[in-house]
Amino acid sequence: MGDEALILARLQFAFTVSFHFIFPSFSIGLASFLMVLEGLWLKTGRGVYANLYRYWLKIFAVAFGMGVVSGIVMSYQFGTNWSVFSDKAGPIVGPLMAYEVLTAFFLEAGFLGVMLFGINKVGPRLHFFATCMVALGTFISATWIISTNSWMQTPTGFAINAQGQFVPAGSWLPIIFNPSFPYRLAHVVLAAYLTTSLVVGAVGAWHLLRDRTNPGARKMFSMAMGMVAIAAPIQIFVGDAHGLNTLEHQPVKIMAMEGHYESHPHGAPLILFGIPDPAAKRIDYALEIPKLSSLILKHDADAPLGGLDAVPDELEPPVAVVFWTFRIMVGLGMAMLGLGLFSLVGRVKGRLYSWPLLHRLAVAMGPSGFVAVIAGWVTTEVGRQPYTVYGYLLTAKSHSPLQASAVATSLLTFVIVYFIVFGSGTYYLLRLMAKAPAPHETEPAATPQRAAGITPAPAFAKE
Amino acid sequence: MSYSLDLATVWACILAFAIFAYVVMDGFDLGIGILFPTLEVGDERDQAMNSIAPVWDGNETWLVLGGGGLMAAFPLAYAVILPATYPLVIAMVLGLIFRGVAFEFRWRDPDHRAFWDIAFSLGSIVATLAQGIMLGAVLQGIHIDGRAYAGGTLDWLTPFSMLTGLSLLAGYALLGASWLIGKSHGSLQEHARKWAFRLGVLTLAGMAAVSIATPFLAIDYWQRWFRMPGVLFTAQVPLATLVVSGLFFWSLRKGRERLPFLLTLLLFALGFVGLGISMFPYVVPRALTIWDTAAPAGSQIFMLVGTVFILPLIISYTAWAYYVFRGKAATEGYH
Repeated sequence: MGDEALILARLQFAFTVSFHFIFPSFSIGLASFLMVLEGLWLKTGRGVYANLYRYWLKIFAVAFGMGVVSGIVMSYQFGTNWSVFSDKAGPIVGPLMAYEVLTAFFLEAGFLGVMLFGINKVGPRLHFFATCMVALGTFISATWIISTNSWMQTPTGFAINAQGQFVPAGSWLPIIFNPSFPYRLAHVVLAAYLTTSLVVGAVGAWHLLRDRTNPGARKMFSMAMGMVAIAAPIQIFVGDAHGLNTLEHQPVKIMAMEGHYESHPHGAPLILFGIPDPAAKRIDYALEIPKLSSLILKHDADAPLGGLDAVPDELEPPVAVVFWTFRIMVGLGMAMLGLGLFSLVGRVKGRLYSWPLLHRLAVAMGPSGFVAVIAGWVTTEVGRQPYTVYGYLLTAKSHSPLQASAVATSLLTFVIVYFIVFGSGTYYLLRLMAKAPAPHETEPAATPQRAAGITPAPAFAKE
Repeated sequence: MSYSLDLATVWACILAFAIFAYVVMDGFDLGIGILFPTLEVGDERDQAMNSIAPVWDGNETWLVLGGGGLMAAFPLAYAVILPATYPLVIAMVLGLIFRGVAFEFRWRDPDHRAFWDIAFSLGSIVATLAQGIMLGAVLQGIHIDGRAYAGGTLDWLTPFSMLTGLSLLAGYALLGASWLIGKSHGSLQEHARKWAFRLGVLTLAGMAAVSIATPFLAIDYWQRWFRMPGVLFTAQVPLATLVVSGLFFWSLRKGRERLPFLLTLLLFALGFVGLGISMFPYVVPRALTIWDTAAPAGSQIFMLVGTVFILPLIISYTAWAYYVFRGKAATEGYH
């Protein structure tokens, strides 16, 4: 397999994983939101929670289904396109992913049926339990897959055997709890919560702009903005800690993120904007603040920071991609913080439900979580290049012995199918969100084998 | 060659169980997809869909366990088989995408329900054919050099693999039809019974054809099945298959509702035992055994510790979910 096939295989992985990542980053947060809604309903008995639960459950059903099917693609792609990686790293990453299937996927799938269709088969308490299990499953799933990914970024606790395989050196704890895992997990889970809050907030704002008295729209907007106001600052703090961790274990990735082509022995500047010129190895039109990068990363304005000039060319990640995606992520993170603060002002002034500017901004920020999540993902994954297992296994030596034509065909097919399927799915999601939350939401999808008529479940009908 | 109960053998058994669980569970819901074009638009289709909507996701998770488990326990096998069957794996996952989203999309968009019904059906057929052809491709052997697949993109394409593909299509459709007999009433049940009979004949013909063709693929298969004294054991498999099929047709004629599905499961179990006789202890016949491909003990033990506790738990709550949705499926759809 030549370079073309390698590039195509990388494009295919990037394309399918980016698409896939959109759905879990929404469903992790949404499952927890549904759990909170149902819990509040059970506790207070207030109908607005039951209605919101049903409203978002339909949306969850569509999004979760797309996450499942796009995830199956991922579980086979390691073998189809990255067989050398699978052979070599399988003894480490395989068990981690197998635990994800055993402890998370089955839990989600097993209780999802009851969550979607079982409201009046099992009673409210058992149904709430099913919702909790689905939410727990999404969280456990994130934990294992982020551990796997983090091990590829900061591999520890392994040895290399005679066949060139990565094998556990002894205990699994240093493998699971590798150095970047806690930071990445916190960062990703918070990102999922933020993404969901921004979507829920945008939907609430959209309906408030039309009818500011709608109780469902008010409740969801208030809950979502509260979450954004809490999670955005924490996320910025966690992101900073994650960055310091990356500086410790993957300094070259930080150089690319910062756009530091040159070493700075006496304090490095923070480049706010600029255009990387990879050929000339410099940042053109750089707008920079002297010494701030050293201050952020080393907590000392005069601390020396190495640059890419000290790194052999073939071990450099693609700087422009990492540089830009990092700025997109950070920029959107700041905008989220701004929205959260704005909503606090609205809350204090008692205008949370009657401030069209706030609502318009919330609508505009609706998709920003997804963009930030993908941008951040690209930063960390492209920043890991040229390795699959950082420092030990080159991407160029990880792929399957496939012909370029085969990979090109599959990539093209994936692109076409994903645009048809997930394009339709996104359209259906938007259509569901465009409907105002009514006092009597219908049930999600088909409700098989229901004994009595088509009335909403008795448990949820009492208001 | 040692047949003692070592780690690799234990893992081979666990994965065989996962694959079997996948085949029969996703088998019946893929089978509903295969049968979908023969069902009438409206109540029949809605009822068939409703009978599997709460469980299909869990059923398909066994496929992820099969893939993930293979990578974890036998990474080299995973790294060889998947590139060897590349176009099939891609076709399978794409088929599963179309059919998986159809469960929700067909209710969300009544104007385009016909389109998503076709996607559901075609996706199920493509995924099934791909799985059946993959089975044939593995049985006929994979060209390996060192630790990697060394054949071309279309090596898997042979008359034998086409035969296994079509046989599995009949088999999954049979699972779907006999599942529907238990889950439906009225015209749909009549319809399912009629198809269960036809597909029973087709499935048995497929099993027979594959069984007859397999020993001609390689002398190794011949020896495994027909050498004394092993034949005294192996001959029980086709004999038992005959008995079970007789019971199956009898149960259909008697109008039994649940028995045909249970007997179909038994039929699949016998086919699975047959495959075991043909393959064990090879993962890639005549090339790689479970011991050649096994992950180091450290990896297999780590997984085993959890699996021993978690797998029974999974089986219990899955059984509970099936229990919650027991009985006949309703016809009403999206409101």
